[in-house]
Order: sequence, then structure tokens, then C-alpha cells
Amino acid sequence: MLLNASGCLDALTAPETALQLDAFVTKTVTPLPRGGNAPVRITETDVGMLNSIGLANPGREVFLNETLPRLVEIGVPVWVSVGGFSAVEYAATCAAIDGRDGVVAVELNLSCPNVDEAPESAAEIVAACRAATALPLYAKLSPASWDVGAVACAVEAAGADGLSLVNTLRGIKLDPNLAPVLGTAAGGLSGPALKPVALAAVHACFRVSSLPIVGMGGVATGRDALELLAVGARAVGIGTVLFSDPSAPARIRDELAAELAALGLSSAEQACGIVHQEALPERKHLDLGSRV
Amino acid sequence: MRREQLTVLSRDPFGPYSLLRLERGAIQPGIPGQFFMLEAPGRLLPRPMSLCLAPPGELAFLIDPIGPGTESLCSLGAGDAIHVFGPLGNGFRLDVERPLLVGGGIGIAPLPYLSDRLGHPRAVLGFRSEWHAEAAALVPNAEVAIEPTLVTELIEPGFDVLACGPERMLDAVRLNCPGSQLAWEAPMACGYGACYGCAVEIGGEWKRLCVDGPVLEAAA
Repeated sequence: MLLNASGCLDALTAPETALQLDAFVTKTVTPLPRGGNAPVRITETDVGMLNSIGLANPGREVFLNETLPRLVEIGVPVWVSVGGFSAVEYAATCAAIDGRDGVVAVELNLSCPNVDEAPESAAEIVAACRAATALPLYAKLSPASWDVGAVACAVEAAGADGLSLVNTLRGIKLDPNLAPVLGTAAGGLSGPALKPVALAAVHACFRVSSLPIVGMGGVATGRDALELLAVGARAVGIGTVLFSDPSAPARIRDELAAELAALGLSSAEQACGIVHQEALPERKHLDLGSRV
Repeated sequence: MRREQLTVLSRDPFGPYSLLRLERGAIQPGIPGQFFMLEAPGRLLPRPMSLCLAPPGELAFLIDPIGPGTESLCSLGAGDAIHVFGPLGNGFRLDVERPLLVGGGIGIAPLPYLSDRLGHPRAVLGFRSEWHAEAAALVPNAEVAIEPTLVTELIEPGFDVLACGPERMLDAVRLNCPGSQLAWEAPMACGYGACYGCAVEIGGEWKRLCVDGPVLEAAA
């Protein structure tokens, strides 16, 4: 299953790209409108890119009344990325989305590097949202925590249905005069630099949690997608590559199919967690197909 | 819009700038002021460039090598190939009665194609040196100002101004020439509305220059 990383695609301006995906993940929706951060908002580094968009979005009411109906019309299943500044705010948006046609899941953005951290813990937010909606809840975690596996276990216990791994890492780029390029100085690092980080986070969480994982971070090829599956992802998200190639989803899907065929595997599911099968003999007989 | 790999025909110097001429393939040139995302070999992100000239079978871009991406583009030679995606954004409105093209520095890039489409109207161009002003040869009927003279000093009243250049120049044009059409620039990752990197606040509202611009009309 192939998704976009939240904030890396606007299905309304590029429906043909969204239709190449199995599900479209919206830009994060907050209760009130946010203009976002002052420019400069993006810059390229030698190993990836930095963004400091700052959760720009029209706010929950406009999203529900204007954006969502147009997204649903495109025909691709919608995951709504939900953000906020307290558990109550997250839960209120989940409740408002609950039961809306075309929405198949909620991704809780617990880890945007461009806004101050939510005051409550990831588990508290998940628990509040669990009580507010029956939709599947995916917790999007930061790879910057000391023990991402512990956070995964906490959100699992709080009622999450899955994990999205990983969000960007905070980074800074300086210009030739030693001034930060981004208006906010620090921004979220994505692209190739993030891939090993994502692999490690998915690897760690697969070992300690039974939740299905959407792996994302630096995926630009079918091989990148295969590696995320191999460490334990059941689905793959693509982000930065969409900026340079709007046809990336179709290309990556084709490349992944070829990679799987070369390994003698008939589905992406069969590749899920194969790294652990090799490393952990006791898991050899685990029925990976049941890890939904 | 369409994304295709195009072959480089030539790269011709104009002062410090390079005119990169590509085979057109099946990509349409679009409206003057629209732009294309050009793959910068060796870099993660493509670079937005407005179309400079559209001779039959070609797309040509004027590029100022100011960073790793544009330097990469300015090191391409005949026979190399890069991915090109476009045309993107909103171009200039061409239904103007008394057009005057105003350009500053590398901001003259969209003016040669615009001039062709408007029947070579008068143009005023500003540059920081004689060397930079070599690019004025690309724009017919152009009058040139070299710093410290400012191009805005050459604008006479009564014209429909179509302008592209540095932000300070566009700000001055906006104040002095209400109703003018201004082509703005901002760093962007994608060019098609995905990244929100090029958002600018105009009249209290945030606009993505890639899909709402890059050409915007100055409030009358």
C-alpha cells in the first residue's frame, strides 16, 4: 500500500498524482486556520531538504465544509492528518471527522518539528482521540525521541491502530554569511538523509509493538520502499520525492513490484519484516499476514 | 502540464547568464510568465525557471548561476538531458492595449517570449553592470538602465506595465503603476501546489505563488 506523506501533496492541485496512491493523506488540519511560518520556508541541503511551513491550513471548519468534499470527489480514500495543541483539540477534530464519507483513517500528527510540542503526551492524545472516533488511528511519531519503541508501546496501549514512522527531524542550514536560511532558523529535514532514520525507527517499533506500520522517510525508489517493508512496514509513504516527480507513486509501485519479483515474493506483505525473520529465529513461524 | 526528459541543444552565454536551449519534446511552451521545473543534475530538488524563448521545436531558459542548482544547470552541454515539468502557474494577461515590459537583472528571463507574443513592444531593462546588460540583446526594442540609474526611472505613465525583477523593483512598480502585472519569485520545491514553500502573504491572505501566481496583478 502506497500513501503520500502528509503535507507533501495537494490532491486538489494534482489529482492525477493522488490517484496513483492507495490513499491520500491530507495536510495536517488544526482547529483554527493557520497561515504558517514566515518565509523562507524551504531550502535544499546537500543531504535532503528543510521545510518550515508551520502547519499552514484553512482550519477545521473550512476543511470539513469545503476541502474534504472536494477531496472525496477525487475518488481516492482519504486519511485525515489531525493536529492540535492539546488532547482536547485533537479529539474534537477526530469527532468532527468521524462518520464522514470517504475518510478511512486518521493520522495523528504528534510530531511536527515546526510548532511547539503538544503539551500532552502522545499517549494522552491518542486516548482522547480513541474515545472520539471509531476510525482507525495512526500515530505519527518523531524519530527524535530517545526510545521511539517506548512511545509506540504507549500509543498502542492508549488505543492506536497503527504507527506512521517517521516525521521529519529538526535541522538548520546556514547561508554563506552564517545566517540561517529558513525564516524560523530550524525546519524539518526530509529526503535521503531521513531514510536510515526511518529504517531504524520502523525496525525498533516492529520488535516491540504489534501495530501495523506505515514507513516513510527518504523513499525515492522501489528499493527504498522494499527496505522499509523489510524492517517491518506494512505500507509505505512517499514525501519529498513528490516535489521533483509528480509521477513518483506509479514509478515506485512498478519498481517495488520488480524488486519483490526478483526476490520471489508475490506481494508486499510477504516482504514485511523479513529482516526480523532472519535475525530472530523464534519469529520464523510468525504469521505476518495477521498483523493488521 | 507534462513532465518529460528533454535534450540540451546548446548553452549560450549572455554576460554572466546562460541561455539553456532544450529540444521541446511534447511539452507546450504555455503562456509567457508561466514557469517550468528543471531537473538540476546532482541536486534533490528541481529549480523553477520561466520560459525565456520558444522558437519552433525548442524551449529556452535564461539562468543565473547563483547556487548549486543553477550552477548545475549552467554546466550542462549539448547532448545532456534533464527532466522538465510544465508549463506551471499563471502567466501574463496578454490583452493589454499599451504594453511596456519592465525587467531587472535575471528577471528579464520571461520578457523575450512575452515580447514575441505581444509584437515586440517597448521594454525598459535594468542591470547592475554592462556585463549583465549583455542579456538585453534578447529583448527587442529595449532601453537599458545601468546602476546607479534605476529601471523604474524609465517608466512613463500611461502604459500597461508587465514586469519581472527583484522584489524591491516590483514593490516600486506596484506603488507607482497600479494595475500592472508583476511576476514574483519565491523558493519552491515542487511548482505544483504540493509543498507550500512559495507561500507569500498578500493583502492578508496567503497565496502559493506556484498555483496562484507567479504573475499577480498589482491592486489598482
